[in-house]
Formats: sequence, C-alpha cells, structure tokens
Amino acid sequence: MTPVSSTMSSLPGPFPRGPGPRRRPGPRRRPGPRRWPGPGVILPALAATTACFLVLAAVVPWWLAPTDPLAIDPGAAFSSPSLSHWFGTDESGRDLYSRVVHGARPSLLIGAAATALGLGLALVLGLASGLGGRWLDAGIGRLVEVMLALPGLLLALVFIALAGPGVSTTIVAVGLTTAPGYARIIRSQARALRGSAMIESARVLGHHPAKILFRHLLPNALGPVLVLATLGVGQAVIWASALSFLGLGEAPPAPEWGAMLAAGRTYLGSAWWMTFFPGLTIVATAAASTVLGRSLQRRAVGA
Amino acid sequence: MAGQTTSDPTQTRRSSRGAPTAWRPVGVWLARRAASAVFVLWAVATLIFVAIRLIPGDPAEAIMGGPGSQASAEALESARVDYGLDRPVGVQYLTLLGHLATGNLGTSYSLKIPVSEVLAAQLPGTLGLAVGAWILAWVVALGLALYSGLGGRGASAVGSALEIAAASVPHFWLGSVLVLLFSSAWRWLPPVSNGTVAGLVMPIVTLALPLAGFLGQVMRESMVTALNSPFALSARARGESEAGVVLRHALRHAALPGVALSGWALGSLVSGAVVVESIFARPGLGRTLLEAVTLRDVPLVTGVALVSALAYVVVMALSDLAERLIDPRIRGR
Repeated sequence: MTPVSSTMSSLPGPFPRGPGPRRRPGPRRRPGPRRWPGPGVILPALAATTACFLVLAAVVPWWLAPTDPLAIDPGAAFSSPSLSHWFGTDESGRDLYSRVVHGARPSLLIGAAATALGLGLALVLGLASGLGGRWLDAGIGRLVEVMLALPGLLLALVFIALAGPGVSTTIVAVGLTTAPGYARIIRSQARALRGSAMIESARVLGHHPAKILFRHLLPNALGPVLVLATLGVGQAVIWASALSFLGLGEAPPAPEWGAMLAAGRTYLGSAWWMTFFPGLTIVATAAASTVLGRSLQRRAVGA
Repeated sequence: MAGQTTSDPTQTRRSSRGAPTAWRPVGVWLARRAASAVFVLWAVATLIFVAIRLIPGDPAEAIMGGPGSQASAEALESARVDYGLDRPVGVQYLTLLGHLATGNLGTSYSLKIPVSEVLAAQLPGTLGLAVGAWILAWVVALGLALYSGLGGRGASAVGSALEIAAASVPHFWLGSVLVLLFSSAWRWLPPVSNGTVAGLVMPIVTLALPLAGFLGQVMRESMVTALNSPFALSARARGESEAGVVLRHALRHAALPGVALSGWALGSLVSGAVVVESIFARPGLGRTLLEAVTLRDVPLVTGVALVSALAYVVVMALSDLAERLIDPRIRGR
C-alpha cells in the first residue's frame, strides 16, 4: 500500500481520491443521542463466534468431539438427541454430533477450494477483460455471458455429467459455477481502477505495466476479492452439499454435511435429527459467511 | 413543398420522423436480442460438444446402459454407428449444428426417444413451479422492503436478519424441514407432489424463500438509499407523507435491482428446481436433468441446458423491457 499512498501524496492539486487506502475505522462523532448498538454489532459478533467454532472444528475436531465419527454401535442406532448423543445417532449408531464436528473439515475444505478456484479463474478473466483491449474484453464478456446463461447447479451438473461424480469434480464444478459472477465484479472494479488518477499518474510517470499491475492494481483488488471470498465460501458450501445431497459428491459414510443429509433423507419420517442438525450447521456456516462478508464490505467502503 | 411542410409542423414530424423512427429502435433491439440468443445457444452447444471430446469416457457405454455396463464390443460398435459417433469429429459437429438449426435435439441415450419429446413433457411442471416461486419471492421480498422502509431502524434490522437467514437456507434442507413439520408432524400437506394444489404449496415455498432472501437484501438496500436521497427530501418538503414517499418514489428504486437480477434469479430457480423436484418427487426438467446426469445421457443434458439458456436469454430481454418501464431515466436509450 505504501507506493500507492506516496504516489497519491506527491500529486499536486486536489485530485479525486481513487479507491486506495480509505479512512481508518474508528470512533466517528455523531450528533444527537447515542445510538443503540443494534444488529450492526450483534450479528457480526454472532457470526464471528460461529466462524471461530467452525475453524476450531475443522482444525482440531477431537477437542470439540472426542468420539470417533465412524465408530459403529448398532445397539444405539436411531437414538434421538440426548445427553450422551447431543444430536442423536444415525442408522449404524454413529454419533451425529461427532460427525457434524468432524464434517467441518471436508465440507469447509471443499467450499474453500471451490471458492479459491472460482475466484482465481475470475481474477484472470476479470483483470484480462478489464485491463486488456477492446476485443479481449468483448470476447471474455461473451464467454462470461454464456457461462451465466447456464445457471448455477446446471453448469455444475453438466460438468459432472461429462467428468463423472466425485470430490474433485465437485470442487471444479462449484468453482466453475461461481466464477462468472465474480469475473463481472472484478472486471468492473479493474475498469474503475484503471481510470483512476492513481493509475493514470503511475502511467504518466512511466512505470512498467507489470509494475503497475503488481504494485498498484493487485494490492487494491485484494480487499474486494477477500470480501467476495468471505461472502462466497458459505454459498460454495451450500452448492457442494447440494451436490452431495443429490448423490453426486462425497459418498454417505464420510462425515461430510451434504452426504449426511443425503443419508438422513431415507429416514426423514423416523429420525428427523439426521437431517435437521447437519442442515442447521450448513445454514449457520452460510449465514456467518454472509454476515462477516457484508460487515467487511461496509468497512472497506467506509460506510 | 417547403412551404407546405413548414405550415404544418405536426405533418412534418409525422412524415419525416414518425413511424419509422419510433419503430426502428424496436427492430434494432429485437434483432440484437435474437442475435444474442442464437449466439448463446450456439456457444452452449459448442462448449458441451468440445467438453465431451476433452473428457475421457466412451459415450457408447452411456448409450448401452450407463457407466459399468457389460455391453459387448459389437454392441458398443453398433451403438456408435447408430448415433453417428464413428464419424470424424468435424462431421459430427456440423451434423449437430445442422440438427439444432432445424430444431432436432437428437435422441436420448437412456430413454431412446427424441429429446424434444422428453423436454415438451417435462417443461410445463417446472415452468409452473418456477413461475409460482418467482411471484412468491417477489411478494415476500417487496413486503420485506416495504416493511423496513416504513418501519424505521428497528424494522430494518429485523428485515435484514430475516433476509440473511432466508438467503442462507439451502433448498434441500428447507424442503426436508417443511416435510418434517407439515407432513410428518402435523399432516397438513402431502409429502410428495400429487398434482393437487396442496401438493404444490411446499415445493413453491421451498423454492421461493432463499430467492426472496437474496432479492430482499438488494431491494431493501436500494430502498434505504432512495429514502435518504435528495428527491425523497424534496418530496417530504412538499408535504408528502412518509408512506407516500415510500410507495410513490422509493418503491420503483427498490424494484429496479430485483428486476436487474432476474437472470440470476432464473438461475437460482432452475438450480433449486433440480433439488426441489428431487425432494418432492415431482416430475419436471430438474429431475430429468438429474437422471440424465447420473446416466451420462449427453443429448438430454444438452437439451436441458439449451432450454435453460434460451429461458435465460428471454428473461434477460423481458427484464430489459421491465427496467425501461420502471425507470424513466433509461427509456430514451
């Protein structure tokens, strides 16, 4: 960020500030009575707590759930939630709480990998489209339009139909699904940055295009991309578990949330907890990612 | 001549700039939309065709009963000849394009009947489901936006929390929980779609709620921005009531991003339909697609993809029209 700000401050006259470093978040004076902190604080705090638990479950699941998620106990099959089995047990007597906790790692890894893939692809497409010539922009724009015309799950399903089901297919499929939307956002931001006084002055100063790209454009794009990633992980987890739920992702014995839901589907009428708790965890993950992403976004915009 | 035209200005306007100029932009617009539709359909077909060739696997196996079939070499060979898979790639591609241009979508590998027949049979169910869910999602989202626009800060916070919750709920879980509550516990609604209106309630609600959450978020944000803008202030200064400001001025602004997101909403509905039709055992395009994917029935998958892409192009054109209707600022363009 230093080269950006030094370029800015050395400019004479009142240049409009580009989307460079913004005012620091801190106490701002507000006239009138003190505002109730409200959901502006409560929701992000809840989301951050949820995210901490999820990360803890993904890194050291045995701290939160010492029971083996794959240990079979046929005598205790289909136990409803109780003190010994908080979330109940499944058809083979496996402890569902332990399975949900241990499922955090594969589920979040698939979601994170898919988001990383989608964002990486989008970064290449978006930057090339936003910074390249008119023809490149038009070509990539058409490609993105076609990818958007194959909506969400359909694009993923077409890919699975061609490549066959599996975990790596799920990651690529979900990554492909999310890439075009991200590419549009990144393109418009690259466009805006390209026209900013900061980049213009760097160009007038005779900096090499590669230097401008790596020292000015990419550092400034990093913030928005991180916001997109935070917002996207939750949706990617939903997509990936939807594929497992449909029987096209991770297979049931594995403790992955979507696969657990798929297994619970058969016993929906008799063992509601097999569906309810893994699904609730997915909802919590997605909601936490949305709330955190949006509060990061607000902070980045300075609103 | 010159005197005549200057003496009657209305006549001049009509003769030189009347009907032709009023209709030319419409013609250009239609032509551009049609060209874009043809391009998107061609690109989708081409992308899938190329992807099939890039990814290992023998389509003949899929014809003979899916992956892991025990078909003999001769049977595979005859299937290849039947479906034209033995010919050079270029010929296959041109044949595909020729067939598509005449509306022939090929024969399904698994069902052995024309893809267009399958699509025609499955489309109405999905269409009804999607349109119903779309309407419900708009009603809920606009309701939330109005509620938070009229209800002040507390209402806005509640609306925001509700929207995030709705947008975070996956279709497959929402559907399961609704079945648990309304079919297993209370026995109000049938757990599977049986063709009655009652059987349609849960699928539509399942499909609509997550979409309503997303639409509500953008609509409320736009509504709040509009309510804080100078034109809202001047309307208030003219003595307009707060309800009047919201209904007469801010509502348009709230609806605009929702309309702009129509293409994306369609995607959400199509994706959701795959899951919802699977949960509620409803016949439809989504379930057909899922079965086709499992059996690697490439022509059928391509057919569903083309129908969905066509729907996307049509929806984008309609949303463009709707935007012009709602927003006078862009009408001239």
